[in-house]
Amino acid sequence: MRYLFVLLFFISSFIYSQDINNKSVKTSFKVSGVCEMCKLRIEKGAIKIKGVKYASWDVNSNKLSIIYNSNKINIDNIHKNIAKFGHDTDKYKATDEVYQSLPECCYYKTLSIH
Amino acid sequence: MRIRFFLIVLLLFSKSHSQELLNGKVSFINNENKSIPLEGVSIYWQESSVGVISDVNGNYSIPFIKSTNLLVFKMLGFKEDVVTINKIINYDHILKNESNDLDEVIVSKRKNTIQKSYFKTQNIVNVSSDELLKAACCNISESFETNPSIDVSYSNAITGVKQVRMLGLESPYLLITEENIPMVRGASQVFGLSFIPGTWVESMQITKGMGSVVNGFESISGQINVELKKPINDAPIFINVFSSNMGRKEMNLHLNKKLNEKFSTGLFLHADKNSTIHDNNSDGFLDHPKYKGFNFFNRWQYTDLEKGVVGFLGFRFMKNEKDSGEDVDNMKVKRLPWLSEINTNRFDSNFKFGYVNPEIPYETIGAQIAYSSHEQKSFFGIRNYDINHNSFYSNFIYNSILGNTMHKFKGGFSYSYDDFDEIVDTEKRNYNRKDKSFGSFFEYSYDDLEKLSLVAGLRYDFHNNLGSFFTPRFHIRYQPLERSVFRFSVGSGRKSSNIFSENQGVFSTGRKIYIDNNNGNFYGLKSEKASNYGISFRQGFLLNNQEGDITVDYYITDFINQIVVDWEKQGELHFYNLEGKSFAKSFQIELDYQISKDIRIKSAYKNYVVKKQYNSGFKQNPLTPKNRFFTNIDFSSKPIENGSYWRYDITYNWIGKQRMPLHSMYPSLITSNGLSPSYNLINTQLTRVFSSKFEIYIGGENIGNYNQINPILDSTNPFGLNFDSSQIYAPIMGTMLYIGIRLKL
Repeated sequence: MRYLFVLLFFISSFIYSQDINNKSVKTSFKVSGVCEMCKLRIEKGAIKIKGVKYASWDVNSNKLSIIYNSNKINIDNIHKNIAKFGHDTDKYKATDEVYQSLPECCYYKTLSIH
Repeated sequence: MRIRFFLIVLLLFSKSHSQELLNGKVSFINNENKSIPLEGVSIYWQESSVGVISDVNGNYSIPFIKSTNLLVFKMLGFKEDVVTINKIINYDHILKNESNDLDEVIVSKRKNTIQKSYFKTQNIVNVSSDELLKAACCNISESFETNPSIDVSYSNAITGVKQVRMLGLESPYLLITEENIPMVRGASQVFGLSFIPGTWVESMQITKGMGSVVNGFESISGQINVELKKPINDAPIFINVFSSNMGRKEMNLHLNKKLNEKFSTGLFLHADKNSTIHDNNSDGFLDHPKYKGFNFFNRWQYTDLEKGVVGFLGFRFMKNEKDSGEDVDNMKVKRLPWLSEINTNRFDSNFKFGYVNPEIPYETIGAQIAYSSHEQKSFFGIRNYDINHNSFYSNFIYNSILGNTMHKFKGGFSYSYDDFDEIVDTEKRNYNRKDKSFGSFFEYSYDDLEKLSLVAGLRYDFHNNLGSFFTPRFHIRYQPLERSVFRFSVGSGRKSSNIFSENQGVFSTGRKIYIDNNNGNFYGLKSEKASNYGISFRQGFLLNNQEGDITVDYYITDFINQIVVDWEKQGELHFYNLEGKSFAKSFQIELDYQISKDIRIKSAYKNYVVKKQYNSGFKQNPLTPKNRFFTNIDFSSKPIENGSYWRYDITYNWIGKQRMPLHSMYPSLITSNGLSPSYNLINTQLTRVFSSKFEIYIGGENIGNYNQINPILDSTNPFGLNFDSSQIYAPIMGTMLYIGIRLKL
């Protein structure tokens, strides 16, 4: 009986996570950045957007891979939110004001990947 | 008032300092040996947000900052350089083409061989294989001598075995795992660490306090995890030969081969031998056993990154023979000699499998399955001890997230089976026990990616001898500032006991063994249970532009139930369940500082109050120093063009007074209050690295030649009741000098 309880507990947690995956969308798009600092900023910023489950950004390709819950947020809003903290995306550009506030090493408009 | 003034001055100073600019020019040398200015080079302070770029003429100007002195020069097609800048000067830099001078070695910053993370939730210290090279040789039990978190003590004058302790508690209270599979336990408790050759080890992770629930309920004072070398990363051929003036000879050979894109295999061989006889203290007994050992390990690795699959399969065989006791050829009186022999055979096989869904990278599945069979046949004088331990272990882990990757969890279950068969002294004392346990666990971890992270774990186990029980464990880390981090942990652990294999020292005594039956499942005794909680604070600093940190930690282990091993009465050894209090309180303050580019110092003071209720009173554990002091200094010269350099390190240990239960038996050496004298131990090693392929090392252990004068009590009457080789507080052997080579091809 107790064995059953533990197994059920385990299986239910497994099913629960499977359930989320059904609404999950995986996609990737370009986000501008030039350094490790940008990577930290982009990944941290993206994961904190409500509905985003996973974010990984590659400095060389400037590609951000994300997995998000399509019931909670749409892709357009994700782009918009990323631009809000200073990094241009395919769809939205960061305002000059926010861009100026970036750390110096992250000035992706003038610096090359370093 | 003065303090305030000082602060203002400091603020002003730091402000003006940060506005100062470092100027210079970046260029490269072209094929015609002309210096050409480089435009577009990224110049930034390492691990900071301050960075600039060079202009058309190669000129740059960057604000000087206080948090680091490492300036990085980076540009595509050129070799990345990191230089140390300590004061504001005009600094011109020349970058080199990536293709040129590939052989040249530029060491930008020395990697610390012991790494403490600011970001991990648990108090984990990572020990790299470079750190392991500092210890004389050759197996893991000796490799902790340069590490302040773990203490190595000498525990027996016959077998020469060294015991490791953490937080003041002996190794049975530690969970020792090999790639997260419980390894040194049961029958291999005493000798197990000495059966893992040091060269096989890639790195070690030392966790102070409670470990993770994923690895089981067993850890009480901490966990040591050993990562072995992986065939895919290790050198194709590695040879190590070692020899000491005490007659010790060791040899290691690794052969690794990549069979195809997915499969690699490695063959690891180790042999050791010592057939010389030493009796420097003239007590008629060998100071160290004669032995020979052989270790064979074949490992297969499968990696398919596209499919996200990694698998390991390993087979291992170990054989070891130790001969010890009286020096038969030089006996002064004619009688039957007291001899001892320990023969061990062990077979291990393990299979590990990991799967990462390439589509959903945060979802992983892991499986670990291991089987081992350990057989020890031994006698000590007229006493026998044989143990057979067959063990099966399996653990299945599922990793995923809750919402997003800031909230992760691990869930899974494990099954283990252990079969012990022991013969103690005579056939009449035959013990047979089977431990079966099935458990399920869940561990949640949260990371706000900035200041706070925590891990909360819970497991529930069904154990045929321990019963059914929950094991909760909790860890939290709070990092208010970049260089300040607090950690707190609390949890509980349990242990099934193997009183004879854990206390084999008793067989090399004349003591009679008494077990006070308590109707428990372990030799009539009830199982052990303890809770452990502790706090740790680490503060980093920059002094003289060099990094350093101070760590203070305090841990308490409280036993709810314990099997007391009572050596207090002469001629007797008692095992009984605790009645009353038992605790271990450990305080440690540690300094780690890079004095200059080449010299690093680690220093620690440790205080252990380990007390329990014995039948004869509430006392500090015997042979457990209350105070210890540790310092390790290591020096490494700058590599020159051909990659050669020197490496030197020296370790100083001061070991405080220890309580000796049978102090009345000792001559004037022991002070009248029953304490051993305190003493110093110095180990040192010098390595000449000729290239990345070849190095020679020489060294010495116990340079001060400190010995316990009378390690064996009543050594003239080894078959008597008072004969005792277990009351060891200091080294038995004098200075050991050694030489060795390492060859990587």
